[in-house]
Amino acid sequence: MDFLTIIQILDSTIRLATPLLLACLAGLYSERAGVFDIGLEGKMLAAAFLSAAVAYVSGSVWLGLLAGIGASVVLAMVHGLASITFRGNQLISGVAINFLAAGLTVLVAQSWFQQGGRTPSLMGGARFEPITLPFADALSGVPFLGPIYGDLISGHSVLVYLAFALVPTTWWVLFRTRFGLRLRAVGENPAAVDTAGVSVTRLRYAAVLICGVLCGIAGAYLATGLQAGFVKDMTAGRGFIALAALIFAKWRPWNSLWACLLFGLLQAVALRYQNLDLGGVVIPVQVMDVLPYILTVIFLAGFVGKAIPPRAGGEPYVKER
Amino acid sequence: MTVMQKFFGAAAALALTAGAAAAEPALIYDLGGKFDKSFNEAAHTGAEKWASETGQKYREIELQSEAQREQALRRFAEAGANPIVMAGFAFGSALEEVAGDYPDTKFAIIDMVTDKPNVRSVVFNEHEGSYLVGMLAAMKSASGTVGFVGGMDIPLIRKFACGYVQGAKAANPDAKVIQNMTGTTPAAWGDPVKGAELTKAQIAQGADVVYHAAGGTGVGVLQAAADEGILGIGVDSNQNYMHPGKVLTSMLKRVDNAVYDAFTAGPDMETGIQVMGIANGGIGYAMDDNNSALVTPEMKAAVDAAAAKIASGELVVHDYMSDNTCPVE
Repeated sequence: MDFLTIIQILDSTIRLATPLLLACLAGLYSERAGVFDIGLEGKMLAAAFLSAAVAYVSGSVWLGLLAGIGASVVLAMVHGLASITFRGNQLISGVAINFLAAGLTVLVAQSWFQQGGRTPSLMGGARFEPITLPFADALSGVPFLGPIYGDLISGHSVLVYLAFALVPTTWWVLFRTRFGLRLRAVGENPAAVDTAGVSVTRLRYAAVLICGVLCGIAGAYLATGLQAGFVKDMTAGRGFIALAALIFAKWRPWNSLWACLLFGLLQAVALRYQNLDLGGVVIPVQVMDVLPYILTVIFLAGFVGKAIPPRAGGEPYVKER
Repeated sequence: MTVMQKFFGAAAALALTAGAAAAEPALIYDLGGKFDKSFNEAAHTGAEKWASETGQKYREIELQSEAQREQALRRFAEAGANPIVMAGFAFGSALEEVAGDYPDTKFAIIDMVTDKPNVRSVVFNEHEGSYLVGMLAAMKSASGTVGFVGGMDIPLIRKFACGYVQGAKAANPDAKVIQNMTGTTPAAWGDPVKGAELTKAQIAQGADVVYHAAGGTGVGVLQAAADEGILGIGVDSNQNYMHPGKVLTSMLKRVDNAVYDAFTAGPDMETGIQVMGIANGGIGYAMDDNNSALVTPEMKAAVDAAAAKIASGELVVHDYMSDNTCPVE
């Protein structure tokens, strides 16, 4: 394995980790506020479809991004309505959103474009193009650093940089602002927040709204950044891997970044080497595919530290009378 | 009461006309719909060709859900449609149930073998078409390395891969073929992101022509090929139009010919297994305005010569599914 191959695998890791990271951070806000969300997958899928559809019709990827975020936010609000206002079961609401998105996207795509549940391929301004960072070309001759900067760091779409910038932002919002403190408190002990005179409902809605926006960006990145169009079920379980990453990261922003990069790396290696040959022992590709889930199970079982979810997670808040 | 009588009268009249219109052929599309630019649309094209040539009518239905498969089959059979053609292997189990109940009706199923006396099972020699596009890929490749991206890792897709490798090696004995399967679950048919990443990984290893047999995942393969400035190869239907000038050719499964044949044969359709290969126009490769500049006359001549040899039986392409092995890597 030479240096160039490593760069290519890491490059692929970044592309594959970005949607995971966005979805993982989305789940982080929601779950830290005490609203479990297994509907990340569905929200990403709906966003992927609508962003591609609107980008195709309007020719503008930015309008597509807005539409994708809109679709995801609508579903997030449905989840909020069911689980916050009506105090329903958050897991069931999430499952319903996944089913709804899986069916609705194909149905609408079919009646809209009549291409078997696809959107037409996006061209030109309807896609997020890779950005070449300044000096990337000038530095390309420099050994070692040139490829790292030119191939690995430069040359991704704007949403990738946004996703990575969101990690410190999320850390700052959650751990250094009043809003973040209250948000975390709502997930741990909503009664205390309520006693302090802060609206639990409003805070949880805010968290679910942020979750919707981030899932929308993740979906739009899949359909208009990585790909040029929507295809049926194109999220392919990434929402669930993001959830696994969230647990693996113990609901912390920086850990989320490392977890998503690790899961992305596993995927990238699996894609590059169908059967990984480690000096006589051949690891089949299936092992790489299930490794994220296995790692999460091992983690949950308590072998490596402890994953403690927010204490009030999954429970609707009922004000005592 | 009179209303009811009228209603029954109308129903009876309707039943009579339905009976009189017997022996119309019928076509059932799979989920995905009539105009999917692929499999189902090819079936529709074949039916339309028959209709315009004979001036007769046919019945058709687009399925909306899995549950409708058996229902649609029974409804057409009850209405006297004959033969009933269904597009897609997914009808296998439903047909297994229904076929025995209507011994006088002929059924044709595409891409699946159903062993019933009144069923025609149409299967395609995908390995022969893959052989032809493999030749084109190896002749076009400047690096001598070509790629293959499969969908779900099943014997059928290995059959595509094996034919492709044989063709590439026939055109250039030193050709290197990088093979990747997207996954081992049905999700592998609809993950264009993974398809694109696989393609980029193959390009990094030197591939400059990539063939896909991966359904929706293939959309990502062709997209990545076009973005990175190499050539893709489409599958099943003519996908040259998806990225004009960036798709070398497409391996064609002439589903339209299969439907046309069945409709033309009518109620006297022969049953049993019908193999559609190069010899009977069931398999081919696509040439149109979008790729005419990419395929030189010499390349075309070489491929057409190979096709003629396969059709005459002089050249036998190994079928992976016959013994689950491939003689070449």
